[in-house]
Amino acid sequence: MITVLETSALNTVQDLGRFGYRQFGVGTSGAMDPLALQVGNILLGNQPDDAGIEIQTYPFAVRFDAAGSFAVTGVDAVLDLDGHPVLPWSVEHAVVGQVLTVGPPRRGARAYVCIAGGVDVPLVLGSRSTQLRGGFGGLSGRPLEAGDRLKIAGGPASSGYGALPPAVALSRPCDHEGNVVTLRAIPATDYHLFTDEARDRFWQTEWRITPQSDRVGYRLKGEPLTLQRPIELRSYGIVPGIVQVPPAGEPIVQMADANTAGGYPRIAGVIEADLWRLAQARIGTRIRFEECDHHQGVAAMQPIASYLDDLRMMVALYRGSARRRAPLTSGAQA
Amino acid sequence: MPAEAVTHAAGGQPVVSMIGTRAMLFEAPGEFTLAQQRRIWALMEEAGSRNDVQELIPGVTNLMLVFSVPPERPQTVADWLRHAWETLPERHIKGRLFEVGVRYGGALGEDLAHVAAHTGLSPSDVISIHHAGEYTVCALGSAPGFGYLHGLDPRIATPRKAVPSLKMLAGTVTIGGMQAGISALTGPNGWNSIGFAELALFDPQRDPPALFSIGDRIRFYPESIEL
Repeated sequence: MITVLETSALNTVQDLGRFGYRQFGVGTSGAMDPLALQVGNILLGNQPDDAGIEIQTYPFAVRFDAAGSFAVTGVDAVLDLDGHPVLPWSVEHAVVGQVLTVGPPRRGARAYVCIAGGVDVPLVLGSRSTQLRGGFGGLSGRPLEAGDRLKIAGGPASSGYGALPPAVALSRPCDHEGNVVTLRAIPATDYHLFTDEARDRFWQTEWRITPQSDRVGYRLKGEPLTLQRPIELRSYGIVPGIVQVPPAGEPIVQMADANTAGGYPRIAGVIEADLWRLAQARIGTRIRFEECDHHQGVAAMQPIASYLDDLRMMVALYRGSARRRAPLTSGAQA
Repeated sequence: MPAEAVTHAAGGQPVVSMIGTRAMLFEAPGEFTLAQQRRIWALMEEAGSRNDVQELIPGVTNLMLVFSVPPERPQTVADWLRHAWETLPERHIKGRLFEVGVRYGGALGEDLAHVAAHTGLSPSDVISIHHAGEYTVCALGSAPGFGYLHGLDPRIATPRKAVPSLKMLAGTVTIGGMQAGISALTGPNGWNSIGFAELALFDPQRDPPALFSIGDRIRFYPESIEL
């Protein structure tokens, strides 16, 4: 068990998402930054679909009522384990009674507290992700509260190694252009229904992420985009990354808790390879869309796949040699 | 391919577009009729047999395919969809019939007066027209278990509200443009409320979790009327 000692709004249990139920109106939910959750699970030798805790408001503190190895990924933040600093993106080990505190991030927005063996909440419709709107999944379908106790499945103890954060390993030259986050996007269904001027401006504008942004979607601020003429659309399927333009003209990027269907015009789709960058952009950040095509969008997944493959190999080597050195580490099962 | 997506209903040809690298949207031409929707259901069944499809999201006269991995050549899949659309017969689903009791009007159907004013009918005419028809579940979406219903009498069609209700109860019987529905979750809602039905549309512990399935039919009857 772990006990939540301190938390504020909207920190939830998430895995990679709930797939197969969108035809019933159930959105996928899942980690906003699935890459960070995958890194945490790989570091700990967990299953890819193990759940972790997604933190988006700070500070967050948990007590380990049973010993457990853990990794905090997603952000660069001050982490404290019973008065001792520990590193993000690294495997650490907590003994019984120790308290882990995650402070506000210096970089990034969403932290993932991953624990060896995963956070063991019941599977609902095939996933442990919290479905906030439907009120199910995760811990009783709601955000975590102080005093909540979460079962941890337990896994082999390990510590002392880590991953290069994706923001470093997968940085692009444009990432260093004055704090503007660049997201590659592909023109979508209604792109050509916007005026020429609006289409140009969509790519040129440095859009600002407004405070009305959350796990459902990011609302952007900038000069409104106009259609050549108003259109009324029938309800259609939504996926995370879709950029819609409501009548007021300021775009919304749908995210992990998006509804399954919507009706606003669709100007573009952010490529899957860049969604984690948006998930880690805070309110107030400026973002720019960079046009790409299908093949570039698909190719952009390759560096992510290689990064994860390299990490799996490194972790396997490290854990293998650690086992040979110390076959009877407390809690070790293999 | 998205570059070609220009007009929707006008051209008589389906429009196929990509949204990101893993979702493809097929939009049928023409009006929102049950016949077109039955062809969408046929397409859905056919697309479900493709092994590159992770999920299907039927919409109102459209279908989204979510792929497990991005298609190498989207154009090939688009051509396959267009061919299937042209050749498949309508899929008639023998749905179940639900008879749903409605408490019309009152505080839980507070937009009844607005619907009456918009349509030029009396509130009791709106009610009798609403429960005279039979509705068909076209697609589930937006919220868990919410069904988009076809079959609203055009005389009581009423555009969505400019200012949504902030906390409409789950079970509220609604009209949104030419679509009818029963809200599945308590929360903000822009559709017009005309009544309330005691109905749990979604239960994650149930299999399937949604009460309604596509093709199901719904008849409303007045349990009470408060004008």
